[in-house]
Amino acid sequence: MQPHSFDYVRPQTLARAIQVLSENGNRAKVLAGGQSLIPVLKLRLANPRVLVDINDVPGLAFIEERGDQLRIGALSRHRDFEQSKLIREKYPIFSDVASVLGDPQVRNLGTIGGALAHADPASDWGTALLAFKAELTARGPNGARTIPIDRFFKDPFTTALRSSELLTEIRIPKSKAGDGGAYLKLKRKTGDFATIGVAVQLGLDAKRNVAGARVALASVGPRPIRAPGAEKALVGRKAGPTAFADAAKMASGEAHPTSDLRGSEEYKRAMIEVFTRRALETATARAGR
Amino acid sequence: MATKRKKASPKRKSVRPENGSHMITVAVNGRKFTRAVEPRVLLVDFIRDDLRLTGTHVGCDTSHCGACTVLLDGRAVKSCTMLAVQADGREITTIEGLSEHGRLHPIQEAFKAHHGLQCGFCTPGVVLAALELLRVENAPSEDRIRTAISGNICRCTGYQGIVDSVAAAGEMMRPRKG
Repeated sequence: MQPHSFDYVRPQTLARAIQVLSENGNRAKVLAGGQSLIPVLKLRLANPRVLVDINDVPGLAFIEERGDQLRIGALSRHRDFEQSKLIREKYPIFSDVASVLGDPQVRNLGTIGGALAHADPASDWGTALLAFKAELTARGPNGARTIPIDRFFKDPFTTALRSSELLTEIRIPKSKAGDGGAYLKLKRKTGDFATIGVAVQLGLDAKRNVAGARVALASVGPRPIRAPGAEKALVGRKAGPTAFADAAKMASGEAHPTSDLRGSEEYKRAMIEVFTRRALETATARAGR
Repeated sequence: MATKRKKASPKRKSVRPENGSHMITVAVNGRKFTRAVEPRVLLVDFIRDDLRLTGTHVGCDTSHCGACTVLLDGRAVKSCTMLAVQADGREITTIEGLSEHGRLHPIQEAFKAHHGLQCGFCTPGVVLAALELLRVENAPSEDRIRTAISGNICRCTGYQGIVDSVAAAGEMMRPRKG
């Protein structure tokens, strides 16, 4: 299989990358890790005229705490998260993502920014980041703007990014005592998309009551979605089996799965319930107060 | 090719000779090759058709099977899911790069000794995926081995022989004491 013909540019600066993107509008595609884009090109589901390879653009790959935020460069590879001590110790939800996404070869090349911009409804990264008040930076010809994660995903494979914009950075609030999260994915085999996935992020107070909760679901809607009812069922209650069972039931009801090769609607709903409960248990254990 | 053997810096910008092709220089198994390629040419096709290194196999051609796995700057990647132009200025290791002076690499010896293959089609990819692991960890747990080769599909062995082979190779690659 071979992609359609295209021009290839490998800009050496961010300014040049944005310039090429603005000159070409939606005829250009950004090439980061290529682990979604190249299969799409090979299947000729997309036929861009220009590919803008951003791998030489400096300053786009980092994972660091700065001020009261965790800042992530869009060109950080999944493997970087798997290997990061900071992530393992303080943001294990992202270790979860990086260890279940694709397979080792995909994780060596694929990037977080690419995964987000691709906007698959089954996106592991999209779902995990929805469990945070994440902010995304998009840079275009008129400078930078911030897009909250809740407004980033529009439809399958469609985001709030304009064709002249490049996603450069993802920021979430820095982890503090009592915070814990987890991402659990049900998949048929390594490399498969999520049959369903559940991301939860909890903030517990000193009495182990839930002060804040976000619950997000993969593969059960046109994009990664939140489960606000499940979140409400958690806040203000003791982090334990009763609240978790209620929240899991809510999440299952808030999911919109469809029957396909990976399972029936009923099965997926049942699994959302089970995985939400398990993710809440893991998140609570990690919150470790 | 003796033409235009400029020193390839990793950041070198590709120049365009004609018809949208790009000149790229890729070090494959320690040897530098400079070729003009169309941007849409996949790395695996470049390796097999342009360089005539046919040890790298095309299995599924859809990023699932791992038969086309090569090392890119030491990391296992699927060469069917990368463009040849992306490899400009980088180092590639294919299965042909493992043996030295006609002597098999320890990992190849181990696969032979421990029934790590039957038909052999997936083997080049599996070996390179395992090699990435063994270069950083020469006493990996079974779990680590299984994870390292989880992007590679084998339809013959049932994987147990592969896992045994990788463990044995790790042992052979460990520096001897004394």
